[in-house]
Amino acid sequence: MFDSDTREVLSARAVRKSFGNVEALRGADFDVHIGEVVALMGDNGAGKTTLVKILSGVISPDSGTVRLEGSPVEFSSPIEARNAGIETVYQDLSLADTLDPVANLFLGREIRRSGLLGRIGFVDDAAMRREAQVTFDALNVTVKALRDEVGTMSGGQRQGVAVCRAVTWAKHVLFLDEPTAALGVRQTQNVLDLIRRVRDRGVSVVLISHSIPEVMAVADRVEVLRLGQRVGRFVVSTSSAEEIVGAITGATDLSAA
Amino acid sequence: MKSDSSDDRSVTAAVRSWIAKPTTTMLLILIGLVVAFSILEPSAFPTVLNLRGTLSDAAILLVLAVGATFVIITAGIDLSVGSILVFSSVVSAKVMEWFGNAGIDAIVVGLLAAVAAGCGWGLVNGILVAKAKIPPFVVTLGTLGAAYGLSLVVSGGLDVRSVPKGLNEFGNDRVAGVPVIAIVAGLITVVAGVVLALTVFGRWTYAIGSNSESARRAGIAVDRQFIAVYTIAGLTAGIGAYLSLARFGTTTIAGNTTTNLQVITAVVIGGTSLFGGKGWMLGTAIGVFIPIVIAKGFIIVGVGPYWQFAAVGVVLILAVFVDQRRRLRAAG
Repeated sequence: MFDSDTREVLSARAVRKSFGNVEALRGADFDVHIGEVVALMGDNGAGKTTLVKILSGVISPDSGTVRLEGSPVEFSSPIEARNAGIETVYQDLSLADTLDPVANLFLGREIRRSGLLGRIGFVDDAAMRREAQVTFDALNVTVKALRDEVGTMSGGQRQGVAVCRAVTWAKHVLFLDEPTAALGVRQTQNVLDLIRRVRDRGVSVVLISHSIPEVMAVADRVEVLRLGQRVGRFVVSTSSAEEIVGAITGATDLSAA
Repeated sequence: MKSDSSDDRSVTAAVRSWIAKPTTTMLLILIGLVVAFSILEPSAFPTVLNLRGTLSDAAILLVLAVGATFVIITAGIDLSVGSILVFSSVVSAKVMEWFGNAGIDAIVVGLLAAVAAGCGWGLVNGILVAKAKIPPFVVTLGTLGAAYGLSLVVSGGLDVRSVPKGLNEFGNDRVAGVPVIAIVAGLITVVAGVVLALTVFGRWTYAIGSNSESARRAGIAVDRQFIAVYTIAGLTAGIGAYLSLARFGTTTIAGNTTTNLQVITAVVIGGTSLFGGKGWMLGTAIGVFIPIVIAKGFIIVGVGPYWQFAAVGVVLILAVFVDQRRRLRAAG
């Protein structure tokens, strides 16, 4: 069923996490292969959000291991995960609404001017605008005005800016938390195209989604969580929507897979 | 400068966004006021004497408003600046008194004392806002009382009038006809404006005001930025205190009860949004001058000084109204 020599870029083994009396993750496993789109699915409360937060450094697991390119890693902050090449686009997009797309793309990682001016903190807006334009063009994201506030842009454009920002910095893995939840049909199509382009650049994409048709359309593989454990792994091209739904709802128990 | 089409477009876009800024509206109002008063009183309003007075009156307020611009861009507020000014001026005057009130050493140490006192209060505000997570309104309402109370304790409630003569002369001196304190205030405004518009520090100030959680996720040291911004507001209050001593030759314990509100009024008239993430320094400068021009103009034209407060209130509400209309149109 699996191409066993596909190297894993990011993997989690036997991860546990409790919040008070609630066991969100009960020995969960998860794998991201190099250069794939993998969908992380599961019902509400299955532990998806907790797992993503652990893998992106927002919270630490109680036990279990996370490996990046084969070496164990322990991220104590999202910054550490980002420095290791793992980016996350949250549902709220984490944009600064009153700043323009260029400032958002480089937020916290501004390009400085060369020489003394740069050392005392002067930013190089022209260089950032050029690089931003290159990124927007490469990912075919339409940003009409590089100087407009992102707060005035449409949902699809804002999603585009957030994804471009993440892709600019993601070396290994990009997490997208329900990126199409607030979008219309056409914008959703654009985001799915964008996800494929990101994968084609060699960055693995983890898509957290509730939408079976969307996942079938864009993902290479699906991993399913239920009650804090991995209960199913599917290669999309050889699986049916019914099998995946069955794993999500627990109608078919595939935990041995 | 290259002149290919993309540059042309970005220049056009820049010009358009400049016209769309609320600051532009306020600049037109300021020019309109000056023209109107000049037509009404051509012999008294557009004079060197009046201009000089206007600049002197604006200088100290402008310095405080520069600090407040940073704070308000972070979606914060600083109600304590008037009290910090009073505290810093009392401390500075007392220190200069110990140094015998003569010579350059007293004047220099007095400056250091004023700056240190101002920064100290700003640091307290910043730490309470950033680390203790107390709303800025409450923090600075508290330090407003605390700083004012401590200045009364230190001074015994009496103004310290023994300011070094040299400092007082400096405070009323002119260079090429321009009041020295106005030049100092102008330089501070330019430097702060450059920091805000062109540096990483400025960019992060906007970012934490726009969405502090997004800024945190983007790796910005949000707490440190908040602390730095409130410390700048304290610093400008300390410098304002020193300029005030220089100008008046005495502390002004009872004279700063509405300074905080004047400062906030100026910053908001200048187009800086109380919701954070937006604003610029040129707007603040315009916002400082509008109330002062109204005050001077009303006196000269003979409307009577009491009407100025009502007029400034109208301009303030107008400024926010215009800004919100524009915001709604942009969102729709």
